[in-house]
Amino acid sequence: MFDFMIHGFDVALTPLNLGLALCGAVLGTFFGALPGIGPINGIAILMPLAYTLGLPAESALILLAGIYTGAEYGGRMSSILLNVPGDAGAVMTTLDGHPLAKKGLAGPALGLSAVASFVGATIAIIGLTLFAPLLARVAVMFGPAEFFALMVFAFASMSVMMGHDPLKTGIAAVLGVMIAMIGVDSSTGVLRYTFDMPELYDGIDFVVLIIGLFAVSEILLMLEQAARHGVTEMPAVGRVFVKFKEVIACRGAILRSGFMGFLIGTLPGTGASVASAVAYTTEKRINDRDNTFGEGDMRGLAAPEAANNASAVGSFVPLLTLGIPGSGTTAVLLGALMLYNITPGPMMFSERPEVAGGLIASLYIGNVVLLLLNLPLAGLFAKVLTIPRWVLVPFVALLAFVGVYQLHSDPIAIYTMLAVGVFGYVLRKFGFSLAPVILGYVLGGLAEVNLRRALAISGGSPDVLWASGISIGLYIAAVALLVAPWLLARYWRRPRASKAASAS
Amino acid sequence: MQQSACRGAARWWRVASIALVAIALIGCQKQVAGDHPECIAPAKPGGGYDLTCRLLANGLQQTGLMQTPMVVSYMPGGIGAVAYNHVNATRDHDGDLVVAASTGAAVNLALGKFGSYDADAVRWLGAFAADYGVLVVAADSPYKDLSDLVAALKKDPGSVVAGAGGSIGSQDWMKIALVAKRAAGVAPKDLRFVSYEGGGEAMGSLLGHHIDVFTGDASEMAGHIGSGKIRVLAILSGQRLGGVYSEIPTAKEQGYDIEWPTWRGFYMGPNVTDTAYQTWVARLKKLVATDQFKTMRTQQGLFPEARFGADFDEYVVNQAHEFEALARQVGLK
Repeated sequence: MFDFMIHGFDVALTPLNLGLALCGAVLGTFFGALPGIGPINGIAILMPLAYTLGLPAESALILLAGIYTGAEYGGRMSSILLNVPGDAGAVMTTLDGHPLAKKGLAGPALGLSAVASFVGATIAIIGLTLFAPLLARVAVMFGPAEFFALMVFAFASMSVMMGHDPLKTGIAAVLGVMIAMIGVDSSTGVLRYTFDMPELYDGIDFVVLIIGLFAVSEILLMLEQAARHGVTEMPAVGRVFVKFKEVIACRGAILRSGFMGFLIGTLPGTGASVASAVAYTTEKRINDRDNTFGEGDMRGLAAPEAANNASAVGSFVPLLTLGIPGSGTTAVLLGALMLYNITPGPMMFSERPEVAGGLIASLYIGNVVLLLLNLPLAGLFAKVLTIPRWVLVPFVALLAFVGVYQLHSDPIAIYTMLAVGVFGYVLRKFGFSLAPVILGYVLGGLAEVNLRRALAISGGSPDVLWASGISIGLYIAAVALLVAPWLLARYWRRPRASKAASAS
Repeated sequence: MQQSACRGAARWWRVASIALVAIALIGCQKQVAGDHPECIAPAKPGGGYDLTCRLLANGLQQTGLMQTPMVVSYMPGGIGAVAYNHVNATRDHDGDLVVAASTGAAVNLALGKFGSYDADAVRWLGAFAADYGVLVVAADSPYKDLSDLVAALKKDPGSVVAGAGGSIGSQDWMKIALVAKRAAGVAPKDLRFVSYEGGGEAMGSLLGHHIDVFTGDASEMAGHIGSGKIRVLAILSGQRLGGVYSEIPTAKEQGYDIEWPTWRGFYMGPNVTDTAYQTWVARLKKLVATDQFKTMRTQQGLFPEARFGADFDEYVVNQAHEFEALARQVGLK
């Protein structure tokens, strides 16, 4: 049964393919680390190159898959170091990653997140090898109604992030949902909030939104600070490597998030952003007894990182078994395969075993390469913080501007980004946090689209929303999430020493 | 203190050099755009328009019809609306620029979704590939052929749920709307239609039995035919297609006059010189005649099509008018 894997390792271990896996991992790490590029664009940029070089199909795919998984590793860097997410899956990483860097623990934070990424991805690759066909059957059971229930569950799990100012978190999430409404309505084609500007027909692009909200507003804050009392610098980089004990303390968070991220990744249409959000909020709920999450808790960093890497691998499940891309990036990979006259789908494992097996084998190898690359480099990258922030952040923003302009060929995208940045600055001045805006944007958009689809299927009858066991289970879980903490606090409070792990 | 500042500067150079490499990597396509031929894919990277530009760029390169490599750039927005406005407003006389387009652009022009410009605002260059609409059901669906589907629609148009990667009014919707209107004689507005993000998601929903009919394109079906999980009820082409599609009947064969070809081609700015325009027309004509290009086109799952120059320009403008009439007929306008 696993002949294709033996065959696959034969393919992946040839010097050329090994070199390409390495090359992809390194390039991917950079694409992920530079905000504004990300895995989708990295692959789209290199795809024609791989084709022009005349690489055979499995080699090209190994290179591109290396970029994809590498980008998920790289995305965490600017999240931790600069509080600017490198890609969609790295938004939750800023919540505890950046506070750790502020404490002078950037090195250990990068090391820990590399280990978490490795373990999360490994769980997912093993899952992909063993259970792909089975999981694919479960994944297609998720129709619009089930996705809507999943989004309700995700919103419920967000309630844990309400923190000390529930009203502001709620408003921020609603603002995110409102931003998601801009553009052509996907089911009727009606234009919403576009003010007759064709540039707004596709809505506000995700990259434009995160660069504006995080990077541009950061620059504005810095300018304001500098005008008042000079720039405050990050503390000196202390210890460089993560301690084994710290990794062990996060094991629960990493393993749980790895599994969860993988399962969410296998569902077509939900990606790393949903996976990391659910993983983070779950860990916060389970572990955050002393309100350390958000202040630089290592578990709060490990969870989203394990989840987003696992989800990236999980999105290969529907691609390889059903020919359905599980994420935006796998959709681009599908296009790359088409150039090679390979159509992924149920027939691929039997017709082109060297491609399917070679790809999966290269994921194993690439993942090890990425860990070996990222652990020792953690110290080096942490030293980036010795560059004055007033140089670093604008420089990264400039890179992002170049990246965004490259992908839109249109200055309007840059203006939009600046406008979003001013908006983000105002939000931050009023004490709103930005993560709920992003979550509202992602989850709200998905919730709306899937609700509309479900109602289109039923012809308007809401019964379709609770017609399946999966939906009902998710609604029950959502209610439990909202009610359980209250019940527990009331009837089952027992003092429990928090098991180390908090970073302080 | 001073030492650490010094070290900081060294790091900064290291990071700067890394970053420069990265800029060079992503920026090189842009920088050469000035004196190179350029193809704008009016979408995000990786979609159908990207593949259309790639097919042209790779084809011209491999056949040696053009010495300078062609640059592919992206201009997403409104399924092509942003690029259409951009070419009309700012690059209206750039003889090195072509923009990828398809039947979808004609549909959107007909529906007034491209802003104030209409179909004859640009110079339509040519179409070099085609795809054909398909009507697909799950393998265990009660609809064995097109007439089963038509009968079900006749009985109750709301009993069949169709879905695809486009919105209501898009060309994917038009396919099922034509079946409803022309074959079953029911109003398309009574249909149930679900829009997904791309054909892949819609296909997943079909496999999970959330929708009954998927109205996609033949090229999307190549990996699924023979899997035993789906059945293609009809291909909306004039004649049967070859290869893996040879077993699948057309709608015409089954007695329904419904065709939905989707051309893939290009337009140029409204004020390009005739010389530039004719050079491109000649180039495309030569390209489609080569065996290399034919192989590449088949590899992308696309089918032959060849319509160029004034002939094509007239074809698209007429098509947009037809779609406008059709949109009125099916109750969209």
